Amino acid sequence: MANKILVVDDEPNIVLSLEFLMKQAGFQVRTASDGEAALAAVAAEAPDLVLLDVMMPRKNGYEVCQAIRANPDCKDVRIIMLTAKGREVEREKGLALGADDYITKPFSTQEVVERVRELLAEAG
Amino acid sequence: MLSDGVIIASSMIYMGVLFGIAYYGDQRADADRSIIANPYIYTLSLAIYCTAWTFYGSVGLAATSGVDFLPVYLGPTLMAVLFWVVLRRIVRITKAHRITSIADFAASRYGKSGLLAGMVTVIVVLGILPYISIQLKAIATSFSLLRQYPQVAMPAFSTQQPFWADTTFMVALVLIMFAILFGTRHIDTTERHEGMVTAVAFESLFKLVVFVLVGIVVTFSMFDGPGALFQQAAAQPELAKLMRFEVVPGGYGGWLSLTFLSMMAFLFLPRQFQVLVVENVNEAHIRKATWLFPLYLFAINLFVLPIALGGRLIFTSGEVDADMFVLGLPMMLHLPDLALLVFLGGLSAATSMILFETVALSTMICNDLVIPLLLRANPRWLAGRADWSGLLLGVRRAGIAAIILLGYLYFRFVGESYALVASGLISFAAAAQFAPPILIGLYWKRANRRGALIGLSGGFLVWAYTLLLPAMARSGWIGVSFVDHGPFGLELLKPYALFGLRDMDPYMHAVFWSMLANVGGLVFGSMLSRPDAIEQVQGSQFVNILERERHDGDSLLWRGVVETTELYDLLARFLGPPRASEAFDRYARDHGGYPLQADSRLIHYTERLLAGAIGAASARVMISSIVMGEVLSIEEVMTILDESTQVIEYSRRLEQKSAELEAASAELREANHRLRELDRLKDEFISTVTHELRTPLTSIRAFSEILLANPEMDVDQRSKFLSIIVKESERLTRLINQVLDMAKMDSGRTEWSVETLDLRTLIQDAITSTSQLFRDKAVALHESLGDQPVLVTGDHDRLTQVVINLLSNAVKFCPEQTGEVVIRLRSVADPDRWRIEVVDNGPGIARDQHKLIFEKFHQVNDSLSGKPKGTGLGLPISQKIVEHHGGRIWVESEIRQGATFIVELPGQA
Repeated sequence: MANKILVVDDEPNIVLSLEFLMKQAGFQVRTASDGEAALAAVAAEAPDLVLLDVMMPRKNGYEVCQAIRANPDCKDVRIIMLTAKGREVEREKGLALGADDYITKPFSTQEVVERVRELLAEAG
Repeated sequence: MLSDGVIIASSMIYMGVLFGIAYYGDQRADADRSIIANPYIYTLSLAIYCTAWTFYGSVGLAATSGVDFLPVYLGPTLMAVLFWVVLRRIVRITKAHRITSIADFAASRYGKSGLLAGMVTVIVVLGILPYISIQLKAIATSFSLLRQYPQVAMPAFSTQQPFWADTTFMVALVLIMFAILFGTRHIDTTERHEGMVTAVAFESLFKLVVFVLVGIVVTFSMFDGPGALFQQAAAQPELAKLMRFEVVPGGYGGWLSLTFLSMMAFLFLPRQFQVLVVENVNEAHIRKATWLFPLYLFAINLFVLPIALGGRLIFTSGEVDADMFVLGLPMMLHLPDLALLVFLGGLSAATSMILFETVALSTMICNDLVIPLLLRANPRWLAGRADWSGLLLGVRRAGIAAIILLGYLYFRFVGESYALVASGLISFAAAAQFAPPILIGLYWKRANRRGALIGLSGGFLVWAYTLLLPAMARSGWIGVSFVDHGPFGLELLKPYALFGLRDMDPYMHAVFWSMLANVGGLVFGSMLSRPDAIEQVQGSQFVNILERERHDGDSLLWRGVVETTELYDLLARFLGPPRASEAFDRYARDHGGYPLQADSRLIHYTERLLAGAIGAASARVMISSIVMGEVLSIEEVMTILDESTQVIEYSRRLEQKSAELEAASAELREANHRLRELDRLKDEFISTVTHELRTPLTSIRAFSEILLANPEMDVDQRSKFLSIIVKESERLTRLINQVLDMAKMDSGRTEWSVETLDLRTLIQDAITSTSQLFRDKAVALHESLGDQPVLVTGDHDRLTQVVINLLSNAVKFCPEQTGEVVIRLRSVADPDRWRIEVVDNGPGIARDQHKLIFEKFHQVNDSLSGKPKGTGLGLPISQKIVEHHGGRIWVESEIRQGATFIVELPGQA
């Protein structure tokens, strides 16, 4: 059974590209364009992995990450943070809040797919 | 009926009565049952101000110049109002420092300066001569008039007669005798002349009663009461004028300057200082005198105008000088007894003035001129003398004689051509020169010796040049041409029109220039030089006299040691052994004996006693001459004091410096804080810009890689992805342009083209540029731009950019299909300003966001998914552009009510 991926970003074009990439890699994809929509989607059905943008309206990526980690039902959910702010502190902060990986925009499409595959493989 | 014998005998008897009263007063004082210790005697003694000048001269003045006689009495009345503020201070200081005269006062204030004391003395002596001369003149004239009774005619006066046949000379001799008898019985002048004060109080009452009596007789017996008198006078246009201001020479200005002169003279004439200050026994008396004395002045002035008018009505052909109306009228009425009383009244007014004036002056001459000179010269015959008290008395007596004789000479050679008042005013103006150093010195600590010396000499020279010299010239003493044409023909230096200040009453003119020189010299001289220690000590003691109960300041100056016997010898030399031992006994009683080695307290005590006899400046010199050579010389004490003041000064400066440092470091902290804040903002800006740049770049890279990796993608999807790449590239370009724009504007490197442009066509161009956006979203645009060109000055492209930004924002936030945008151009209340309004029916902007949206990269939180995103720089840039044009931009909006963006620009002036 294909792994379920949730793509969260407020930039429609980025969502579109990630959706295309994940589908092409054979995953089941849902999307959300802000933090609250993301949490609603997670609550509806916990995905295996979330590609999570940081700078978003109505709950940013950190908040969403925290909320997912606080939910015991979602302990197996993998989270990859995506951010356009390339500073080291952002990365530290994301990892400290419980993200599993961290990718800086603009990203290599190949790398994103690889990282997603690796994380899901680790999880078994 | 009135033979010389009768007149002279009654004069002698009257003088004898006065002397008796004075003697009685002294007896009572010695018995410690003073009769002058009450405010009424004090007030009456102040009436020594009213001399023969008042008695005869006021009427004379009123007869020719009407109300011009009043300022001379208004001045003291005004000064009486200030008694509690000014006089009380002076009295307290005088008591504390055992000051004996006005010269002593000035010298003490400015560091016990002998030079200043001498200068004041010289000014006083020169200044007072005219005043003394008019007293002599008044006595002599009244005597000559009276002795011709029953004939009433002015005696033929002549300066041709030899002086030994001159009545005035005789009068002068008699007065010298009296003054010596009355005034120099004791040597310690701080011990008040209680007897003399009592006598003056009596004679003040006497002259008041006589003058009022004459007034009543003239008003009610010659005429039928004041009503009838004034009616008769008013009937003659010549006399009616006297009751109006127009006859006053110099007009209101002259009137005011006379009032000022009188105020100052009332306080600073030597005899006034004597009775007001030195003879004051109780400060409480000052309070009562404040209202009682003006009452006296009022009473004595009540009948001046009636007598003057009466005189003018009776003596129509000028057979009696106006100055002698008071005496002439009773003679005319054949009232010899009253006439004799009038003569005695005038005599007593003149006598008391001369008495007190000469006693005060001779003390000054002795203490501040002769003694210092003697001490400096130190001739051999003096060195051996153990007791100087006889010498001091001799000097004072000689001083009295000299002053009166000089007064006589002035009268004989200068004064005779003048009316009483004119000579008196010259003296007043001289006395007024003491006002600046003394009054300012009472309140301004920084006033110092140099300032006082400069100011006083400046004021005095101006006085002499503008008043005394012209007076001498008029009497034919020196050529009159320098008065009319200036010295050496220099018009600018004419004594009555100095530096071109013409058309002024001479007194007003003199007051103006002398006060300017005096006050200016005092202030600038004081500012430009540093006072030494003793000046500082004295200055602060004088200024703070009311705050401090005891004054121990200058005993500090005597840290040296001296044998008590030496001090005693010194005191005995000037006061005489009996008074000296009495003083030391008193000290022993009060302090439980005295030490063999005198301490600073005993030295100070001796100095003050000595100051009473020979003045503060001389006393200081004497004391320091015997204290010198001991452990600490006076110079060393001064140095110590000076150093300690310097230390105080340094620590004050240090404190100031550290306060300044603290302020500077606070400023630095603040600046640092601001810099850090700016740094943080810049950091945030860069981080935000990075984010904004990376976002479109992310899409571009992702789709490019997708397209590259999937060459066989179907055409529709390929072209969709390609168009995304194009759009995001455009967005990136736009963003980069705007960031550069913003950076340029922030750093002020933007180049602006300035031209006259038509806002209407500009808006239409902007509408054309954005029409595609409106069509794409099917948003309706309504325009209301008027039909006239609207000219403003500005940068065409930038302003277009603003309008396009507003329009594209509006269309961006409008709902599809139902969106409506209105653009309006209109003038506001102020016709010079124009408004561009862009109204949309979008979601609206919450109030708390109204300001924030103009900040860089601030974007309105919007829940609509897929909402169009801007760069977050459009509005900040628009704001910069509008503000550069002197306009402003703002938004009016409520949530769900749409938004109106308003740009207001100044029209073309």
